[in-house]
Amino acid sequence: MAKTDEGTVIDGVHYHKHDVVIVGAGGAGMRAAIEAGPKASTAVISKLYPTRSHTGAAQGGMAAALANVEEDNWEWHTYDTVKGGDYLVDQDAAEILAKEAIDAIIDLENMGLPFNRTPDGRIDQRRFGGHTREHGKAPVRRACYAADRTGHMILQTLYQNCVKHGINFFNEFYVLDLVMTDVKGKDGKTVSRPAGVVAYELATGDLHVFQGKSIVFATGGFGKIYKTTSNAHTLTGDGVGIVWRKGLPLEDMEFFQFHPTGLAGLGILLSEAARGEGAILRNADGERFMERYAPTIKDLAPRDIVARSMATEIREGRGAGPYKDYVYLDITHLEPAVIDAKLPDITEFARTYLGVEPYTEPVPVLPTAHYAMGGIPTTNNAEVLRNNTETVPGLFAAGECACVSVHGSNRLGTNSLLDINVFGKRAGNNAVAYAKSADWVELPKDPTAGVRKLLDHVRSGDGSERIAVIRRELQEAMDRNAQVFRTDESLREVGDLIKTLRARYRNVQVQDKGKRFNTDLLEAVELGFLLDLAEVVVYSARNRKESRGAHMREDFPKRDDKNLMVHTMAYLAGDAESAVASDHITLDWKPVVVTNYPPTERKY
Amino acid sequence: MASDVVEKSGPRAHEAVPTFTVTMIVRRFDPEVDEEPRWVDYDLQMHGTDRVLDALHKIKWEIDGSLAFRRSCAHGVCGSDAMRINGRNRLACKTLLKDLDVSQPIYVEALKGLPLEKDLIVDMEPFFDSFREVQPFLMASTKPKDGKERLQSPEQRARFDDTTKCILCAACTSSCPVFWTDGQYFGPAAIVNAHRFIFDSRDEGSQVRMDILNDQEGVWRCRTTFNCTDACPRGIQVTQAIAEVKQAIMRGKP
Repeated sequence: MAKTDEGTVIDGVHYHKHDVVIVGAGGAGMRAAIEAGPKASTAVISKLYPTRSHTGAAQGGMAAALANVEEDNWEWHTYDTVKGGDYLVDQDAAEILAKEAIDAIIDLENMGLPFNRTPDGRIDQRRFGGHTREHGKAPVRRACYAADRTGHMILQTLYQNCVKHGINFFNEFYVLDLVMTDVKGKDGKTVSRPAGVVAYELATGDLHVFQGKSIVFATGGFGKIYKTTSNAHTLTGDGVGIVWRKGLPLEDMEFFQFHPTGLAGLGILLSEAARGEGAILRNADGERFMERYAPTIKDLAPRDIVARSMATEIREGRGAGPYKDYVYLDITHLEPAVIDAKLPDITEFARTYLGVEPYTEPVPVLPTAHYAMGGIPTTNNAEVLRNNTETVPGLFAAGECACVSVHGSNRLGTNSLLDINVFGKRAGNNAVAYAKSADWVELPKDPTAGVRKLLDHVRSGDGSERIAVIRRELQEAMDRNAQVFRTDESLREVGDLIKTLRARYRNVQVQDKGKRFNTDLLEAVELGFLLDLAEVVVYSARNRKESRGAHMREDFPKRDDKNLMVHTMAYLAGDAESAVASDHITLDWKPVVVTNYPPTERKY
Repeated sequence: MASDVVEKSGPRAHEAVPTFTVTMIVRRFDPEVDEEPRWVDYDLQMHGTDRVLDALHKIKWEIDGSLAFRRSCAHGVCGSDAMRINGRNRLACKTLLKDLDVSQPIYVEALKGLPLEKDLIVDMEPFFDSFREVQPFLMASTKPKDGKERLQSPEQRARFDDTTKCILCAACTSSCPVFWTDGQYFGPAAIVNAHRFIFDSRDEGSQVRMDILNDQEGVWRCRTTFNCTDACPRGIQVTQAIAEVKQAIMRGKP
């Protein structure tokens, strides 16, 4: 595995052929690889070294109703997930998530994950926002964890097991295109089927074509459309953007989660596990304000509610600090020994980056853009949908880039590490099953044409616009206008700005003209994906005239179950080059799957 | 054109920290042009809460887009941006400028001991090769019969806690003088990751790993200079972990 397989080189382009091609080496991609690798020829392509993936930044835990420390069951977990998602969750998918959570945790433990333990040696569990017993009666200990570095342990354990299985990685390869070929089906109709992906090798600038029977997208989120975010610099939504550009739909893009407790001004995450262990949010007066917004579970309300409550406190003049522009996360009442054992990393972040000592001082916090509930729509088997009912045979997606939808309009904490494990595994298994039954789809004559055009496009302008300036203008406008509170006016404003930025992007400057490690060129490409996805987020948000979960429209403050308990489906159709969103975005709705839980008012 | 594109750090209260000018001297190398690396100076206006990574972004985003370095999470957990800052291995995203002496130039260069690719980027493959060679994964011949987790007491779990924190940034290995002169040496990071499993009560492969590290390029090359421990951005007691592996090999068991 030491040396990357060069493939067969034809006209300077490298060609590779694998049954299963997985794009992305975070939690979902590697979980899929662990299933697929031993059963079929598998390649994992990642823009980063696998251990750099942002799964490693997840802190607090992974939910599963193990009932190791108190009574719990997966039906309660299902209910909490549905209610947490404000009834936009597909309930059959939530049931799978909650039920398979238990095996997912055991799988990880058996693979070697070093969970924290109870005195009798079982996996320890702790409280987390929105996870309750008996349908909302009180918080329940459901989150399995390893200090406040659960994501780090998951990422390391999955990578270790990929090493064990000899998984074939292509690291620092940027997948920039999905190659689709028109194939005549049995019914005589022509359908577009995935034949492979095209990647740009960072080290050399060479292009690689990976032909695959099954293609799995596990490319993560796109939090970099915002300025204040917990997301890594590399989370630019390339995978979601590629699928979008193929004319395939994106679901529920207006729902973006703002995590309540980012370090103020920085966005670096302080885990909800802090509140799970007893931390309290306080305003300038020292008041525990969550008692007013969520009387039963208080600081452990779901993230949308806590983030909105914090923003309301600040708006109404009760923010702390000289500018009254943040609130406090207070853990000073916890024993230092407990903090050191259970929250070591986040307390170090506060010390390093804000110079605040959490043992004795409350930490300034603000909501930070954290997680995309929306993404590439899939079935419960991780198959990508081409419309409300039909799939794209051979194309799969899992993890944050996908929308199953298990998170609805607001994800519960600890359900994302769960999602990547449950649906990553399903994607891997289903990708193998498909590859075993399907024939190869022929590559088109010139499979790299699309990527060459894309790269020429970013290099061909007059160079009058800096990448960083356009990106900053986008991110600041998204923070101002499409964050916790939204109105038609604010969304129109950022929509208009995106229009001008898309036009200016044509003249973006790429200063590095070389082939080797040209990160300048790739930042320009990534900015193109960010602009595309921000446009879809804003366009979908403007269209949803209700407030649900993370999407709070001040001009439509109520949830509208009669008309809008439906998923948004956005399609790229028409003039993709046009800067005007309505020229190329079409919106549709998709029904929500309801099994046992009819919508009711959401109180905590 | 706006000049200030580096994201400001800290809440507004913390922006009261004054701005200052700092000289960064970066060791640049473009393999398509340069025969040898060259030092290039940049004078930058920075804020009191900025990190070295912010300064590198300011260069890349405002002055010279061709500057190449790796980064991802930007808060010290992904391990992408280990580099030599004023002669010490650190993560650029975890090193605040105010903690360095900004009245003097700040020297930034790629990690030593690994092949230089471009500017601050080195070839990480030799490093990951050593990691993979110690068989860094749980070896257990059986699974619990009840379909549940293996039991492990909190004390057993605590035994190897320190070495589970490794983020594979290579700061330790590339600070080791033995590794600089002998690239075949496994290096501290690989030994740390072997330690993580050797002392895990669930693991049955300790003997295999101890045999691997009892090699002439194994633990006995360590000369306890503690560079690795000083370099570790996760605070792992690397030298101690190496010593514990040495003792385990001498004992013949963990």
